[in-house]
Amino acid sequence: MTCTRKMALHQKISWGAPMGDQLPVQVSITEIKNETPSVKTFFFDREFSFEPGQFVMVWIPGVDEVPMALSSANGITVQNVGDATGALFGCTAGTSLGIRGPFGNGFTRGEKMLAIAGGVGAAPLLPLTRSDCVMTMLLGARTEKELLFVDQLDESTDVIIATDDGTLGQHGFVTDLMKDLSLATYDRIAVCGPEPMMKAVLAKIDSLGFASRTEFSLQRYMKCGVGICGSCCIDPDGLRVCRDGPVFSGDLLKKSEFGHYLRDASGRKKNI
Amino acid sequence: MVVLRTGPVTVGGVALDNHLILAAGVLGTTGASLSRMLTLGAGGVVTKSIGPQPKDGHAGPCVAVLDNGILNAMGLPNPSREFADELKPLEKKPAIVSIFGGNPGEFAEVAGWFKGKAAGFELNLSCPHAEGYGAAIGVDPALVEACTRAVCALGMPTWVKLTPNVTDIATIGKAAERGGATAIVAINTLKAMRISTGMRRPVLGNRFGGLSGDAIFPVAVRCVYELYEACTIPIIGCGGVSTADSVIEMMMAGARAVEIGSAVQRDIGIFETIKNDLYAKNGTAPEDIVGCAHG
Repeated sequence: MTCTRKMALHQKISWGAPMGDQLPVQVSITEIKNETPSVKTFFFDREFSFEPGQFVMVWIPGVDEVPMALSSANGITVQNVGDATGALFGCTAGTSLGIRGPFGNGFTRGEKMLAIAGGVGAAPLLPLTRSDCVMTMLLGARTEKELLFVDQLDESTDVIIATDDGTLGQHGFVTDLMKDLSLATYDRIAVCGPEPMMKAVLAKIDSLGFASRTEFSLQRYMKCGVGICGSCCIDPDGLRVCRDGPVFSGDLLKKSEFGHYLRDASGRKKNI
Repeated sequence: MVVLRTGPVTVGGVALDNHLILAAGVLGTTGASLSRMLTLGAGGVVTKSIGPQPKDGHAGPCVAVLDNGILNAMGLPNPSREFADELKPLEKKPAIVSIFGGNPGEFAEVAGWFKGKAAGFELNLSCPHAEGYGAAIGVDPALVEACTRAVCALGMPTWVKLTPNVTDIATIGKAAERGGATAIVAINTLKAMRISTGMRRPVLGNRFGGLSGDAIFPVAVRCVYELYEACTIPIIGCGGVSTADSVIEMMMAGARAVEIGSAVQRDIGIFETIKNDLYAKNGTAPEDIVGCAHG
């Protein structure tokens, strides 16, 4: 299997070099798809050139602007968790949004990848599987109805499922599925999900000695998205999730705030 | 191009590793990111502005990156007193705490939390987009003098950062000097706005914001030049500094050191880049060029 399939139509934008004003781009919502009881996908009338794992800043006019991973070249997949996502859930087809980005890095591609997703964490991993480099995908959710993208993922990779309540697949967590895999088979491992789940995955992977080939997509409160305001910096190295990440290697995260705490909009620490 | 002799740098009572300081509001929320900037070559760092109560800041968008500058309206997000924890890794380092308040009492209260825990204070009397704070105070010479005096009473080096959004910046600089400031920092951002034609509304959640970066460099040079003529305390130039030559130009206008902010967005290694061009063993003594464009 190879990863040669192009992700998008246009050449990737290099936002480090002068390239004119980077004002938000206006897009219209063309379609809203109910994925699970708490997750919807919003499709736009415009495609963005991106690498799987990159994010955009989504401006909901009059409400706020929030970072969202692209689940396709013209779509974001969103869980309703706060004021901005709540307002987004109230939008209908035809609503205008402003988009800045894509920003940040993406997942490092391999030839034989393992992807591990929890809940809405499957969103940035869907385009990775569509680039034909993911051999196996471990997909976890609280319950069957909250499993995201089962059919789409199944088209391009082997999906193994776990649910917390046992309504589908293995009764338990995605970490339980790892017992039956030979991790050495995979050259890269990509992980995205709730931080406690990712922390458990890192502990397991590190105990087997594969932390350096594993990458995790982090979520932190962001204001600027372009690496200057500092609100998303993680301890102890002061790396910027928006610019140095959001994808970081397991090696780097082992001795960090990852899994322990994060900072809120004011910069105050909150335990995870 | 003029290059500077390497040697010890002390400005406004603060010993710096070089003439290049990280400006307030840029990667200044955590002790770790400030430490990283010192490691990456900054001669000193100024923290995010800290105020009397925790604030989440304005609703987004908070930033628009323009071709020749950055427009922002963060809204003074800050953890307030809890910021003391972030200063622990910066003990004995050239770290200056930026402070804001709504009156002299609040300025003194906030500064008091960090007395002895930082190399000095920088008073934010200049943020152009926070109601009741920043420039709302910084346009009034009497209030500037009173806030400065209240913090200076703590006996720590106290820099005062000025807004360019005034008719006569020298009047404000002189007020800071009367209040006992050990240095003036000029300038904060210019009040500005952009409108998204696609969205038919201002691109910032707060509608108005502050413009920084290359676009405001000529304004900053002019302000430093005017302040140098009017004041005797040291001036730190800030606004669009992004190259060694722009550092020299600021110094010729009258700056003893500079602060760098927006240029970090393009290149987090900007401090090393500028240092490599700015210093040489056989370079010019800084005192020979500071203010040399006057007279």
